[in-house]
Amino acid sequence: MNERTMQLRQESLDAAPSISCERAELMTGFYQENLGRWSAPVMRARAFEDLCRHKAIWIGDGELIVGERGPRPKATPTYPELTCHSLEDLRILDSRPKTSYRVPPECLQAYETTIIPYWRGRSLRDRMMAHLPPEWHAAYDAGVFTEFMEQRAPGHTVLDGKIYSRGMLDFKVDVERALAALDFGTDPDALDKREALTAMAIACDAAILFAERHADLAEQLAAQTDDPVRRAELERIAAVCRHVPAHAPRDFWEALQSYWFCHLGVITELNGWDAFNPGHLDQHLLPFYRTGLSDGTLDEVSARELLECFFVKFNNHLAPPKVGVTAAESGTYTDFANINIGGLLADGSDGSNEVSHLLLDIIEEMHLLQPSSNVQVSRKTPDALLAHALRVVRRGFGFPSLFNADTVVEEQLRQGKSLEDARAGGCSGCVEVGAFGKEAYILTGYFNLVKVLELALHDGVDPRTGVRLGPATGDPASFATFDDLFEAFQRQLAHLLEVKVRGNLLVGRLYATDMPAPFLSVLIDDCIANGRDYNAGGARYNNTFIQAVGIGTITDALAAIRTHVFSDGAMPLADLVAALDADFEGADTLRARLVNRMPKYGNDDDEADDLMRRVFDAAFELIDGRPDARGGVHRLEMLPTTCHVYFGSVCGATADGRRAGMPLSEGISPVQGADRRGPTAVFSSAAKMDHVKTGGTLLNMKFSPSLLEGEEGIGRLANLVRTYFKADGHHVQFNVVTAETLRKAQADPEAYRGLIVRVAGYSDYFCDLSEALQEEIIARTEHG
Amino acid sequence: MSSRSAQVPRGIVFNVQRASFHDGPGIRTTVFLKGCPLSCPWCHNPEGIAPQVQVIVNAARCLGCGSCTNACPRPAGPLSSGEKVGDGDCLACGRCLDACPAEARQIVGREWTVPEVLAEVLRDRLAYDTSGGGVTFSGGEPLFQPAFLAACLDACRQAGIHTAVDTCGFASREVAAAIAGQADLLLWDLKHLDPGRHRELTGVSLDPILANLEAASRLGVRIWLRIPVIPGVNDDPDNLRAVAALASALPAVERVSLLPYHRTGTGKAARLGREDGLTPVPRPSPERMREVAALLEEGGIAAVIGG
Repeated sequence: MNERTMQLRQESLDAAPSISCERAELMTGFYQENLGRWSAPVMRARAFEDLCRHKAIWIGDGELIVGERGPRPKATPTYPELTCHSLEDLRILDSRPKTSYRVPPECLQAYETTIIPYWRGRSLRDRMMAHLPPEWHAAYDAGVFTEFMEQRAPGHTVLDGKIYSRGMLDFKVDVERALAALDFGTDPDALDKREALTAMAIACDAAILFAERHADLAEQLAAQTDDPVRRAELERIAAVCRHVPAHAPRDFWEALQSYWFCHLGVITELNGWDAFNPGHLDQHLLPFYRTGLSDGTLDEVSARELLECFFVKFNNHLAPPKVGVTAAESGTYTDFANINIGGLLADGSDGSNEVSHLLLDIIEEMHLLQPSSNVQVSRKTPDALLAHALRVVRRGFGFPSLFNADTVVEEQLRQGKSLEDARAGGCSGCVEVGAFGKEAYILTGYFNLVKVLELALHDGVDPRTGVRLGPATGDPASFATFDDLFEAFQRQLAHLLEVKVRGNLLVGRLYATDMPAPFLSVLIDDCIANGRDYNAGGARYNNTFIQAVGIGTITDALAAIRTHVFSDGAMPLADLVAALDADFEGADTLRARLVNRMPKYGNDDDEADDLMRRVFDAAFELIDGRPDARGGVHRLEMLPTTCHVYFGSVCGATADGRRAGMPLSEGISPVQGADRRGPTAVFSSAAKMDHVKTGGTLLNMKFSPSLLEGEEGIGRLANLVRTYFKADGHHVQFNVVTAETLRKAQADPEAYRGLIVRVAGYSDYFCDLSEALQEEIIARTEHG
Repeated sequence: MSSRSAQVPRGIVFNVQRASFHDGPGIRTTVFLKGCPLSCPWCHNPEGIAPQVQVIVNAARCLGCGSCTNACPRPAGPLSSGEKVGDGDCLACGRCLDACPAEARQIVGREWTVPEVLAEVLRDRLAYDTSGGGVTFSGGEPLFQPAFLAACLDACRQAGIHTAVDTCGFASREVAAAIAGQADLLLWDLKHLDPGRHRELTGVSLDPILANLEAASRLGVRIWLRIPVIPGVNDDPDNLRAVAALASALPAVERVSLLPYHRTGTGKAARLGREDGLTPVPRPSPERMREVAALLEEGGIAAVIGG
């Protein structure tokens, strides 16, 4: 980093998260004045244009890449047309200990006097909740599943390379051609298409207008400054903003600024999940980088500086404020823009290049929360790129995460995408697979597998509340065999997934009709060609996901029940259920046995792993292929964000020895501390799931820094990654543990049983070491 | 059929460690064979010394719940830590183990068949293929169970798995030569090169070890010498120079691995009810390890710190 980018980085880190009600006020005023004048798509496009015309423009000192969603960095707008926060919500946002947002008094006042009175009962959330049936509400309230779209719009998507060769004016020409081709004589949908396309044309103009206003401000600031260097920069910024995104970018700087305007457009129009994402940034920037270097308009130093300015922009943009269950399932400021590095080109060749390494350097040097980053590792990815990525991982930031680019392609081929589109796709959010620039892939909510087992053990009634959530599948005393129990589980699962899918169709339909996203639709193929909005099925590919949570916990619980109750005959199932209901009160010996002596997922133990597969297959069969609201189908994903904590809080004790209220296992990782046979055994267990049938799985592993020492350590980790990926593993992320973690492991060995540390020429489970040796290793880590 | 299977060698294995990074190249599975004729006081696997199956009790894990006592059919109650399973009136029934909810009682060692070992080793085949790894037989002293070790090596090599044997080299000439001929790599642990000190420290003579090492080198099998660097015990310049001279004289020796002494054995020895025979010495510092490596490299030897 140079002085400028260090300063910008520091300002971004120092900026306090706050709520801005600018957008809410503009939106409210616009709706009050105009609702009913136009169709929904045109109304949304004109509202977007109104925001682009009136919102405050920010150009910070020293910035080269410009544009903020709010009036200043980390000032975060709200989206009352989707979710209208109550005064109570705002007070909680202001005061909660984690992920708080300062709410200025004038904002509270605007909400009280204008925003709440208008949107209460009109917001999409309020109408959605009124439409959803009682059984949906009961399951939602109990924590059986969450609903992604109750506070945030569908999104989750990623941009491809189209904006680097074309501008908004070019897209507008496409829109006009599509309008001209409409046939009102034979096509009954022609009117709907005309409205959708008209909205897209308005959105193109709005984005250009937004950029022009930045050019205007830059010129004003240039005229005011006494500093000739800054004046020249501001004049350059103005020239860039006059050119993009109206036209195709001509150089590296314009390419970055053009993407940034697209990003801002998408996240201003609606608050879609996972913000927006440039996807294969290294691949998109390469031509500009190489041309700039060869014609002398760019050098590596200035390219780095521009990229660093660009990265700061992501960090300035926090996730829109989330409350209630949504805050619990995704309790983070990060908004999951996840840059893809490496991977494949559409023709199947290696997609990595010199910009890939540049990006990794910047990620390591800047160490920002946002953007997230990942490396797409294919069979063809050079070892040097993987090694570079692992050297960054070793720093202990938890990123970049690593994806198996070959499996990512295979997953998409199974979903019916073309080979080229699949290869040009990648991953976004946490681990989700998509065809970049061509797909609406919508996550709809987490699904609590462990709660479903709890219902199967309680005849469909939630033991926490006494509320019936599922069908009566029998008293556990009546289960003569393990298969009887599993059948009850499957029946509960089928019922609750049915409730979720029905809810999804309803919510999806509301977004399709009432909440189109015309600007996003311009950017995603084939919304223009189809004359249909992104939220209404206009994209080339449509997939809808349900994300199952707790596979490790449910596997271990089922394995314990099968072994202890049905194989060993050690106690009747009803007695075990009673012990669970009592949270193991007075049953320490039983609990110890369940923790220590039962088969556990994550140890390459077929007894446990076969149950994992059985649960996965049951969920897969029930979800995969069910039609969604946009002409696509439902599919299964295996990731939790932070929802395993929330889901754990609504579940009683489980038969793996987990106490009531404690977190569930996350992603497809084993239960914390249950894996005892090292990383290859974890990989073997995880790979027994058919990852290709999913839209993403998430595996976290912990290592001590000493295991990764030197180039030998990097080679070791690279070999582990390649091994897992040969077995079709989708994703793995390494947490390099700190001394602080080791202290926690000392205090709570049970939770950290699987933690491996390098001792001396060999590795061991930390918790199995003598206290003296533990101290020695902690000392080494602290000095390390 | 049954008469044939009676001849199939079985062995006592006390641990199978997957994802082992420090016992040869690549990602490996290390199979620990029980029983060792040496008695090095610094032993970091003391549970591998006795050839018999033993009980080990981890006092830190014991809940004091009495489950093992209730389960044991013996009037005297279950074995204490370090006692040999099946000795005296112990029925080797394993009930005390099954009864323990906390996994505080463990049996060290179990009889394995060769196909069982092979099946376990094959579980990480993908990792070996990816990393250039394989299987390492260690101990204890693996040459202490020669027929079983030979059969395991044969089975693994037939399956295309790279094999290494981690040995101190103390065995009869016939056994050592047979195993050396069946392994792809020998990790040869040298404790001390002064015959007097060697006997004093390990309880056995150095002569057969050196003779077997020279014979293995003549056979052409790849050899990595391994030296546990124990401050004040074997890190004096004379001994290190002798190691360098020996390594230079043997063409099959590719490198010398220097393993810094560590005290993990202490806790395990305590669980076995066994005294750690070494007066506590500090772990050698990284600087000291580099000095030792430099000393060896002066003699023209490739020295590697760690496995």
